[in-house]
Amino acid sequence: MDDKNQRMLLSGNHAVAWGARLCRPQVCPVYPITPQTPILEKITEFVTAGEMQAEIITPESEHSAMAASIAAAMTGTRVFTATSSQGLLLMHELLHWAAGVRSSIVMFNVNRTIASPWGFWPDQTDSMAQRDTGWIQIYTESGQESLDAVIQAFKLAEQVKLPTMINHDAFYVSHAVEAVEVPSQQSVDDFLPAINVENRLDPEIGQSVGSNAMQETYRRARQDLGDAMDDVLHAKIEISHEWEKICGRDQHGGIVERYRCEEAELVIVTLGSMCGTVREAIDVMRDQGRAVGLLKVKLFRPFPITMVREALHGVPDVLVLDRNFSPGLGGVLHQELRSALYGMEKAPNIYGYLAGAGGVNVSPEKIIEYADTIEDAVPSSESIWI
Amino acid sequence: MSNITPTEVQMKPAEYKSGVTPIWCPGCGDYSVLLEITKALSAMALKPEDVAVVSGIGCSSRIPAYLKTYGFHGVHGRAIPLASGLKVARPDLTVICAGGDGDGFSIGGNHFLHACRRNLDITYIVMDNQVYGMTKGQASPTTEADWDSVLMPGGTGIRPFQPLVIALASGANFVARAFSGDVAGTTDTIIEAIRHPGFSFVQVLSPCVTFRPDQKLWRKQVRKAPVEYTTDPSTAARRIMTDDGFNLGILYRGDRPPYTLKTKNGGDKESTLGSEFQI
Ligand SMILES: Cc1ncc(C[n+]2csc(CCOP(=O)(O)OP(=O)(O)O)c2C)c(N)n1
Ligand code: SF4
Repeated sequence: MDDKNQRMLLSGNHAVAWGARLCRPQVCPVYPITPQTPILEKITEFVTAGEMQAEIITPESEHSAMAASIAAAMTGTRVFTATSSQGLLLMHELLHWAAGVRSSIVMFNVNRTIASPWGFWPDQTDSMAQRDTGWIQIYTESGQESLDAVIQAFKLAEQVKLPTMINHDAFYVSHAVEAVEVPSQQSVDDFLPAINVENRLDPEIGQSVGSNAMQETYRRARQDLGDAMDDVLHAKIEISHEWEKICGRDQHGGIVERYRCEEAELVIVTLGSMCGTVREAIDVMRDQGRAVGLLKVKLFRPFPITMVREALHGVPDVLVLDRNFSPGLGGVLHQELRSALYGMEKAPNIYGYLAGAGGVNVSPEKIIEYADTIEDAVPSSESIWI
Repeated sequence: MSNITPTEVQMKPAEYKSGVTPIWCPGCGDYSVLLEITKALSAMALKPEDVAVVSGIGCSSRIPAYLKTYGFHGVHGRAIPLASGLKVARPDLTVICAGGDGDGFSIGGNHFLHACRRNLDITYIVMDNQVYGMTKGQASPTTEADWDSVLMPGGTGIRPFQPLVIALASGANFVARAFSGDVAGTTDTIIEAIRHPGFSFVQVLSPCVTFRPDQKLWRKQVRKAPVEYTTDPSTAARRIMTDDGFNLGILYRGDRPPYTLKTKNGGDKESTLGSEFQI
């Protein structure tokens, strides 16, 4: 059945499960949490049907799930896991660990509000709060993009030896059902070579993991981590081009995507599910003769500073929409973008709106309203609750 | 329990409800546990403001919202540490910790052992439905090894966790099993658990009618334990290990002095609190 590409009606989460299945992970430690659970359910279904040969374990918490993922990965095994919100927060200690030991785990996170108060709404604060853990971070806006991202993530993670986290928004993407092109098993097998971890727990090699390091060694390990992050951009561009050739879907270079940015007077920058809504709003505004475009940030860690600077060079106004909130800082994308553009000649005026934070719905009409406010707005370093 | 301050006028059980309508499935065992807690509080004439109910996350952990007492709907697996912090800060309050088998024995399992060991004066009520209800039916630590489900085809193959013996082995001072559908028996057990000094553990078999419809049979399977409770832990352990899991009632009462506080809030006995709470 997997010999040819197929078109299926899938929820975003089931598209993720298909992506994972096609990559043939051998170990999947996952703890259930809403709204991630359908990913776990689907891979369980695949394994039960004998269509996927993975060992799924459901440990007693996400902390344990990530610990199990790290150790399994360090034996040279391909590991996939998934989580959301509180689960991701509980993993935090081990996220640093996973990157520190240079594991190539691929994890899917469904962006959901974090407690307290309790909520089940689409908000990216959960993953944004992990931006210093040494994980590559990718944000997607549709089930199709999530499936493609999972497949590419394994190749990227295994190539640069960094764990990779892909994120899509709760419900808007995780539970929305749409037509998804599922590539053939053969095409994924051709694209993704068998995993080969040089430094692994293997009696024949005789290496161990997690030793103490004196300051100089420690510092070198951190530098190495930084160097690996520096390699990501180039590797990801290549991998995206390669996958684009195989799957025939535009991967937009894999880092950022520009939509109708030609001669734009205003570029809206955002990530995740809001990109689709912004595109709709832009079409309406372009029809009205307004020069507005979208810059979608697909790769968030490492932050693609150069590409963002290129994309926004000469643009008079930039409006950043954040579906997340860092108390004391503001919208994380807004603040990261400000620092990315610092010192740039002809830097745009930047405005940051906390538009979708807390999971509130942002309609295309709202986005047009936000764009309207820019005419009279004064650029400010602070993000604004709108 | 601590300084019980009876209300001047005894409140009716219904008056301990907050007025928030539960969103449990019709027929869920947790409705009865809610009723039994209100009946116990009423029978003991406790003022709602002298009681704090602390929970984690899960269907069962919603219970504080439905009560008029102080409530703390906490973090998944962390009901016990939250309740412990509350108790040491306000030892005058009657602290009831409540939640599910997933919350208490899986993600929070470690805390369960240490709470039994520490023996703070807390009553811990676990609504055990042998499943993760809230996340739609995954096996929990108390699920039978061969329970077949879509999510765990053929069963987990993993030996279930035995909460009562583990509580006993870890030092809990009061151990009981109840069934949500046995209103009078469970109410009495909760009253005794609150009255008993130290850490009291009550496992309430509370069916999840949605993901474990087979548990509707529990009503027919449960029975009053054939013998009275014992004060001897090894006898209690033997009884628990050899019964079929359906004997109800108080199974063990210990006389270990509860954890005492050194500070002005607590008693005047020596305390190791400072060193225990340091990392
Ligand atoms: C850190 C974290 N991981 C996972 C979850 C998802 N989650 C919520 S409740 C629950 C299990 C609840 O099972 P149980 O405690 O038995 O309660 P029940 O719903 O059956 O009453 C899980 C896994 C969460 N809220 N937080
Ligand atoms: S899912 Fe089960 S535990 Fe949760 S409310 Fe429904 S019956 Fe009760």
